[in-house]
Amino acid sequence: MTPIISATNLTVAYGKNQVIHSASFAVLEQDFVCVVGANGSGKSTLIKTILGLIKPKSGKITFGSSITRRSIGFMPQDVMIDANFPATVYEIVLSGTLGSSDSRFFYRKKDKLRAANVLAKLKIANLKNTSFSDLSGGQKQKVLLARALAATSKILILDEPSNNLDRKSRQEFYKTLKKMNADGLTIIMITHDLDAEDLIGNKIISINGGKVSCETTANFLGRYQ
Amino acid sequence: MSWFIEMMSYTFMQRALIVGVLVSICAALIGVSLVLRRNSMIGDGLSHAAFGAFAIASVLNLAPLWFAIPVVIAISFLVLRFNNNQKINGDALIALLSASSLAIGTIAISVVDGVNVDLNSYLFGSILSTSWSDIWLSLIVTIAVVLLYLFAHNRIFAITFDEDFAKAVGVKTGFYDALFAAICSVVVVLGMRLLGALLISSLIIFPTVISMRFAKSFRKVVLFSVIISVVNFMVGLTLSYLISAPTGATVVAVNLLVLIITLLIKK
Repeated sequence: MTPIISATNLTVAYGKNQVIHSASFAVLEQDFVCVVGANGSGKSTLIKTILGLIKPKSGKITFGSSITRRSIGFMPQDVMIDANFPATVYEIVLSGTLGSSDSRFFYRKKDKLRAANVLAKLKIANLKNTSFSDLSGGQKQKVLLARALAATSKILILDEPSNNLDRKSRQEFYKTLKKMNADGLTIIMITHDLDAEDLIGNKIISINGGKVSCETTANFLGRYQ
Repeated sequence: MSWFIEMMSYTFMQRALIVGVLVSICAALIGVSLVLRRNSMIGDGLSHAAFGAFAIASVLNLAPLWFAIPVVIAISFLVLRFNNNQKINGDALIALLSASSLAIGTIAISVVDGVNVDLNSYLFGSILSTSWSDIWLSLIVTIAVVLLYLFAHNRIFAITFDEDFAKAVGVKTGFYDALFAAICSVVVVLGMRLLGALLISSLIIFPTVISMRFAKSFRKVVLFSVIISVVNFMVGLTLSYLISAPTGATVVAVNLLVLIITLLIKK
């Protein structure tokens, strides 16, 4: 199977501080990759480099033939979003389609249909006109996931999505991700916890002191737990 | 109604009303994005920079408006660049900019002999200061800002809600940041002559804060901000004429009153 995302000798630095050192790994189609590492180890930096938000110092990221950066769905940490932002669920989810509506002034029918489909898929169509500020933590996560899914049907990248979710909401959220992965979506998810129940993917990318390693989840769990 | 007809019979009042309404529309529109991105104080910093630029223009005997606009735009770009590099904290940077510009402007006016400048009119605005060139420039800027909001509404929303996501899906956030900085600069320079360096930023902040009290979608916040901004300016201008109070201060007082009412109604 050809890689959908490949990193080759990737080095990322903030000034003189090297965060990722010469990382090489490959993510295959329909992989579910969990990115783990201590706080400040560079997990978010790696994700932002894949998304093109940070330029690597050296090395490169390459994508499979049918993939562009714009076709990646990204779900940031919820702390990055203003919880009281005045926006409806529909406004937020619709903005996910911007990557496919290049240089168009208005959303197309196709974009609106896609947003409606994603809302229905995540069973939050009833929240369409609800204000983001009126939602619970779990609902907010689903809305941000819906926005990411409106941007992609191929690769989804999530930055610590289970933060601030209680155990039940977290399990429900993971169940949704697993189902989407089984349906063909490639997923890369940063997770803070190293519990087996949080490492739900088939692969682990671990970052330690700038060193990046990629292995199967079974191998990883065998070594650390 | 006779007082209204009398008020509008003065050419300077007509000019003030036109410029004020146009600046209110622009300030409200850019204010939504600035306030929601927690950049409210940028208007304050730029208005102080405009004060410095106006003072230097007076000393050098240059056309104040045409000198201040490029200078303030250049300063706004510098602020953006510094902010992006994160070498100085954003709030600290704006505070430094405000104090330094005010100091430079005051020194320029005080030290050079023979400069006849009313410091008060720069700081608190003057109803007499708007000219026809202000009207034309305000009209052009307003048309540009309204068109920008009509045609780039979805992108402005995406950047305001989550800049990283917007960047990831290909929105040119740097371009929009620069555009907003330039528009904010022009709006501040235009509005400053009417409302004063110390009060113009209120025109950017109040309408958004008030409309957020009851509007729950981005589209409605934008729409209500514009309506609130224009109505409050017109009420403030009229009141200032009736009670012979400074226009800038009266407009701010009207905005404050409306905010208090909305806070009381919707706790």
